[in-house]
Amino acid sequence: MVGELRSGMTIGFGGWGSRRKPMAAVRAILRAGIDDLTVVSYGGPDVGLLCAYGRVRKVVFGFVTLDSIALDPHFRRARQEGSVEAMEVDEGMFYLGLLAASQRVPFLPTRAGLGSDVMRLNPQLRTVVSPYDDREELVAVPALELDAAFVHLNRADTSGNGQVLGPDPFFDDLFLGAAQRRFVTAERVVAPGELLGEGPIQTITVTRLLTDAVAQCERGAHFTSCAPDYGRDEEFQGLYAKSAADQESWRSFSSKYVEVDEAGYRAALRELSETSRSSGGAG
Amino acid sequence: MSESAGGSQDVTRAEVCVVACAEAWRGDGELLASPFGTIPSAGARLARLTFEPDLVLTDGEAALMANTPGVSGPRGELLLEAWLPYRRVFDVVWSGRRHVMMIATQIDRYGNQNISAIGDWAKPKAQLVGVRGAPGNTVNHPTSYWVPSHSPRAFVEHVDVVCGVGYDRAASAGESATRHHDLRVVVTNLAVLDFETPDHAMRLRSVHPGVSAADVQAATGFELVMDDRVPTTRLPDDDELRLIRDVIDPDGLREAEVSA
Repeated sequence: MVGELRSGMTIGFGGWGSRRKPMAAVRAILRAGIDDLTVVSYGGPDVGLLCAYGRVRKVVFGFVTLDSIALDPHFRRARQEGSVEAMEVDEGMFYLGLLAASQRVPFLPTRAGLGSDVMRLNPQLRTVVSPYDDREELVAVPALELDAAFVHLNRADTSGNGQVLGPDPFFDDLFLGAAQRRFVTAERVVAPGELLGEGPIQTITVTRLLTDAVAQCERGAHFTSCAPDYGRDEEFQGLYAKSAADQESWRSFSSKYVEVDEAGYRAALRELSETSRSSGGAG
Repeated sequence: MSESAGGSQDVTRAEVCVVACAEAWRGDGELLASPFGTIPSAGARLARLTFEPDLVLTDGEAALMANTPGVSGPRGELLLEAWLPYRRVFDVVWSGRRHVMMIATQIDRYGNQNISAIGDWAKPKAQLVGVRGAPGNTVNHPTSYWVPSHSPRAFVEHVDVVCGVGYDRAASAGESATRHHDLRVVVTNLAVLDFETPDHAMRLRSVHPGVSAADVQAATGFELVMDDRVPTTRLPDDDELRLIRDVIDPDGLREAEVSA
């Protein structure tokens, strides 16, 4: 999947905050050395990690949060140092931008944004006047076209259908719909027709019309939540947040948990959980 | 008529704030109440358990709650009544059937709110969470604010980034922005404020027990509109106090959110 990416691309990541983020894909992108990216995300640690490695030219976002930790310290640092550009929009505008790109229209209208600094900070944004008798002036949210999109789902099949067993499908199908190259990772990949054994038909929210490639990636959203398969790893998220404190913490975190392949990552997690179990027993 | 419980000395400031937040939703009937922060969450629950039984509340994820569990999570069974994933929240926002109480890191005289960045947005002194849904919320449905620490740093002459749209900015943006714009109240650890003035400049609506109007003005970075005599925020009655302490927030999370 990552082999198809190039530096300078605009890449969308599914999920929301610190929930069902395609983190294994993010780590693969980091290892592949791709940079100068425009990152489009309902932002969580996907944005933070890419910023921490200096791979981001621009972030398109409505928020960046770790949910249980209000702010992502890596993203904050990048913004406060002025090392990333930003396109900051209302989270509903963001939705309409993805929808417009999915539907191949140049924009969709909304009230959201009117009167706010979103219009001042993004001078490329325009309004449109209703052609009907009301003559209302609305924000014309431009299509958020993506070169590539990554989403992580609970299940997928080998044909590229995808299934969300957790409570919220978020906007993942729209990220895929807005992208040229569309990549799905899933906790488990099954044979076509077998998804119904995992959950009801309404949970299969991504059709193979929307996907180019599928990969099984167990714990592929870790440390973000992937209900009902696993919850957020709050302890690990705490480590991630603390790793922004200084160079030494960052080097230790990144060498152990990012600059490793997936097997190495899982081994490091096992080691971490054994350490915390034994220290928990002592404490 | 119910008496206030045991006199004001027994009621904490946090409990006064919970009631003041609940009052924000009075008269709303059947719409989605979206509180941010512990005390607004307690307030919305209190409103639903007392005078606004038809309010709709989410579980913070993708469902609506049929029952009203406490703010630290259900002690018994959580009953869900409907599915409302984030994408459908926007249908509710844009339909107007919602009253949100957001947090304001900065707020100004006309109710412009900032949760995006402090300082120059291009290279902020402090990056905050982002504009979130504030621009869309404020021009689509009723919006109130919660400021847990009332200070001149929070109540500023001009916010650094206009996220939630205030009355002046909505007016200058035109009729599409003002049509559904409706800022209700700002509840803080010191007072309740509103915009019920001829030009929608912020007015001191009531001071919490033990706080003077002068205290509130001193903690505000611009001049507030106020009457000669400012009312005192009401205390919880016996039933409300029991609900807050025994049902809504038995762990006392509310006390960690306000300093006073």
